[in-house]
Amino acid sequence: MSATVRDPQPSLRARRKRLADPAFRWFVTLAGTSVFVILAAMVVRTTTDAWPIFQHEGFFGFLTGDRWVSGSTRGTGDFTGTYGAWPFIYGTLVTALIAIVIALPLALCVAIYINQLAPKRLRNPLSYTVEMLAAVPSIVFGMWGLFWLVPNVLLPVFGWLESVLGWFFLFEGPVFGRGYLAAGIVLAIMILPIITAIVREVIAVHPADQQHAAYALGATRFEVIRKVVLPSSFSGIVGATMLGLGRAIGETIAVMMLIGSTKSWEGSLLRMGDSMAAHIAATFKDSSPEAVKGLMAIGVALFLFTMIINVAARLLVWRIGRVAGDAAV
Amino acid sequence: MSTTVTDNTPNGVPEGSSEGGTPTKGKGPRLTPTGHRSLLEKQGNANSRATVNSIAMGVLTGAMVLAVIPLVLILYKVGVEGLSTINLNFFTMDEPTYRTTEAGYRAGFVGTLYIMAGAIVMAIPLGLATAIYLVEYGRGRLAGLIRFFTDVMTGIPSIFVGLFVYGMLIASGAIFRVGFSAFAASVAIAVIMLPIVTRSAEEILKLVPDEWRNASYALGAGKARTIMTTVLPAAAPGLATGSMLAVARGVGETAPLILTALGSQYLVTTYFSNAQGAVPLQIHSGATQPFAAGIERAWGGALCLFLFVLILVIAARWIGARANKRA
Amino acid sequence: MITTTEAPMGADTDTRTDAAGTDERSPETVAAQAMGLEPTDEADTGETPGTEAEERAAGDPEPEMDAVFEIEDLSVHYGTTLAVRDISMRIPRKRVTAFIGPSGCGKSTLLRCLNRTNDLLDATVGGRLLYNGEDIYDPRVEAAEVRRRIGMVFQKPNPFPKSIYDNVAFGPRLNGFSGNLDELVEESLTRVALWNEVKDKLDDSGLALSGGQQQRLCIARAIAVSPDVLLMDEPCSALDPIATQRIEDLIDRLKTDYTIVIVTHNMQQAARVSDMTAFFSVRMDGGKGPRVGELVEYDRTTKIFSNPSRQATEDYISGRFG
Repeated sequence: MSATVRDPQPSLRARRKRLADPAFRWFVTLAGTSVFVILAAMVVRTTTDAWPIFQHEGFFGFLTGDRWVSGSTRGTGDFTGTYGAWPFIYGTLVTALIAIVIALPLALCVAIYINQLAPKRLRNPLSYTVEMLAAVPSIVFGMWGLFWLVPNVLLPVFGWLESVLGWFFLFEGPVFGRGYLAAGIVLAIMILPIITAIVREVIAVHPADQQHAAYALGATRFEVIRKVVLPSSFSGIVGATMLGLGRAIGETIAVMMLIGSTKSWEGSLLRMGDSMAAHIAATFKDSSPEAVKGLMAIGVALFLFTMIINVAARLLVWRIGRVAGDAAV
Repeated sequence: MSTTVTDNTPNGVPEGSSEGGTPTKGKGPRLTPTGHRSLLEKQGNANSRATVNSIAMGVLTGAMVLAVIPLVLILYKVGVEGLSTINLNFFTMDEPTYRTTEAGYRAGFVGTLYIMAGAIVMAIPLGLATAIYLVEYGRGRLAGLIRFFTDVMTGIPSIFVGLFVYGMLIASGAIFRVGFSAFAASVAIAVIMLPIVTRSAEEILKLVPDEWRNASYALGAGKARTIMTTVLPAAAPGLATGSMLAVARGVGETAPLILTALGSQYLVTTYFSNAQGAVPLQIHSGATQPFAAGIERAWGGALCLFLFVLILVIAARWIGARANKRA
Repeated sequence: MITTTEAPMGADTDTRTDAAGTDERSPETVAAQAMGLEPTDEADTGETPGTEAEERAAGDPEPEMDAVFEIEDLSVHYGTTLAVRDISMRIPRKRVTAFIGPSGCGKSTLLRCLNRTNDLLDATVGGRLLYNGEDIYDPRVEAAEVRRRIGMVFQKPNPFPKSIYDNVAFGPRLNGFSGNLDELVEESLTRVALWNEVKDKLDDSGLALSGGQQQRLCIARAIAVSPDVLLMDEPCSALDPIATQRIEDLIDRLKTDYTIVIVTHNMQQAARVSDMTAFFSVRMDGGKGPRVGELVEYDRTTKIFSNPSRQATEDYISGRFG
């Protein structure tokens, strides 16, 4: 009697125990593959939604056309608008390039300073301080840029730039304050901590014994950095730059508040324009269903650009091992 | 070759170096008491190298200073502007119009709470499970691909995630249709947080020594039980750090919310069915309208958001550092 | 004075003299110049050995020798930790001096002080360290200048991830070498007996060589800038016996032109290659206090290994301790 009561319990427990491991395994494997599901859903959903636009304009026509006039249909029949995304693509590229041109040299210097020059006990506090910049929400960057940086710093500097270099097409007036250059400068501040963090980790794994060998040959600190440390870190630095570029291209709110949101594209960096991400965010609320499909198409192009840059960057950075720091920032 | 070479001249002959060992007095190099060329007597290009070096060091130091300035300026500006607007009303009132000074961000705070709670519930378990798969089970190509695409996913623009969620849940309703809502926003933020949680959790789980796992197996525990009762508790502080950083990143996101939560100036208490407000959305609309009172409140919102993120990040670092020290 | 006797060696040295334009002097002219130019300094150093002769007996087996380094009461801290203390010794020119002793005795620390590579490890150095009668820690002296004169070979072979040629040419290029770089590279590689092995693959990576070849490449890299002194920090510890043998042969040939200071944990090696040997040991105060390195005995190698004057040295050499 007692045996029959006790018997099922151990066997039940044993069965549960037997099943627990495979079940758990299946569960975590499923979770692991969710990344593919999400990515696939993203690509399929947005491409499907944007497809009519690509059909309407042609894919390259969409990328190179420089007129963007939203239609007002419900998006089911013939489109009435014209969708040329070039002004936004141009704005994205210009602002991202400005950001890289400013941020990369600065990030290199900061990373080298922290790793090679700073006293040991200051290294962690300094890198935390720089990485703290990455924690600032982009809306805060946007506000600060719009209400402080533009009126107090950029307007006077741009005015001066225009008066000195105004004959050169890049610095033609009039000066608004907001524009490509303003957005690019704020973007540079935003991607600085990302590039710095990765370059710092790339430099940190450079073997000390090679640096000591160069020092023992009478090299100065600068020569060790320039001739020994940087050449071996080159691919990591390129990867870091591309990750920063990807971030700059995808940044929305700060750019949206600073670039000026026009639908035109201008040669002068001091003029206003628009970027892909900013245009999506700025016009979404007031868009007709047809125009939302146009925004989807911009999104697909944006995704494509960042994807190419990111995959290339990851492949470069992966050769040195994964960099833990950039996940946080 | 009859005499020994007393060769302390690196290549590059010093200017005015002695010929045949007899320098002319006053013109030759400075000598040490033992008659060798002094260390102060630099040869060849040494002086220009030293100059280049000190210029470079100056540039590096200057760059470091320059890089810290924006953070200080932002902290200062947001602090000064924000502190002057934050009062009790700021947390207890809605913002029906931008003109009025008697208003607050209650709707945004509640909305952000809704959105983040949903995002945390979705992203952290999924991210942790993925990390567990990668560290405890993942071998070969599948794990490699998951790692790679997780890394790539961190670089997807957040506005694109917003578009995707809009297309998936709001416009088409492929699975089920919800309309603009806190739920849709939660999904978008969760997608943004997911790779961050996964990556940091993976790094942390890898640090748990294998001996601990083996000790648990030796006691007869299965793999699932070992992970749940030994590995995860051991890694808890690190996992908390990673999750907190992911939350810090998610809470400040604005762009995807425009496409999913849409925004609301009044308190909304539903999760699935109504357009929802959020602090970043409210800051954005406040900062881009012309009335001074609304702009001031936007600074208040920016300060709250910034402080929250800052506290999260610092706390995360602190927990992480303490766990590292103990390990 | 040691003169070069081997024909190939002599040829080498000849070319090098041409290329580098050395300031060779006989001791007489040297003394004369010193008198003429800086008589006060000369008087200073002339006095020192006499006044402290008794104290420094252990560190001064040959008071009359021509010393490259004169070390006086040297102590080194890493942060707040004292690593070595009260080292006083004189290291002779164009001889091989070996530092031996148990691990942690500070022999490598002292070696790294000699060309200020310890600066890189945030060490603070107390006492005086004279190189050719001049304090290398004088604030006016640049560390880079010291290291240009005093080369170093490390424990683990550490060639740059560059071609063999570029490894050797690295230092001369930095120094703005204006002569024939190809010749200099060939000559440096020949001196370390590596030329025949690598002459057809100078563009290959230095890292593609075997460990022993890498170490000889590192020595070639160090002598390509024509230093005065070569410091070697356990240069054979990562090598097999045959590679070790080749490095030892090399040291024997190089000492005709360079002052060599070698740290080794291998006593047979010290006995084989060195002229002078310094034995260091660790002192622990009260058995468990901080471990501090000290110089126990310094003398001719033949004396150290046949008839050491300290019991501790004898114990160590005969394998009773350490």
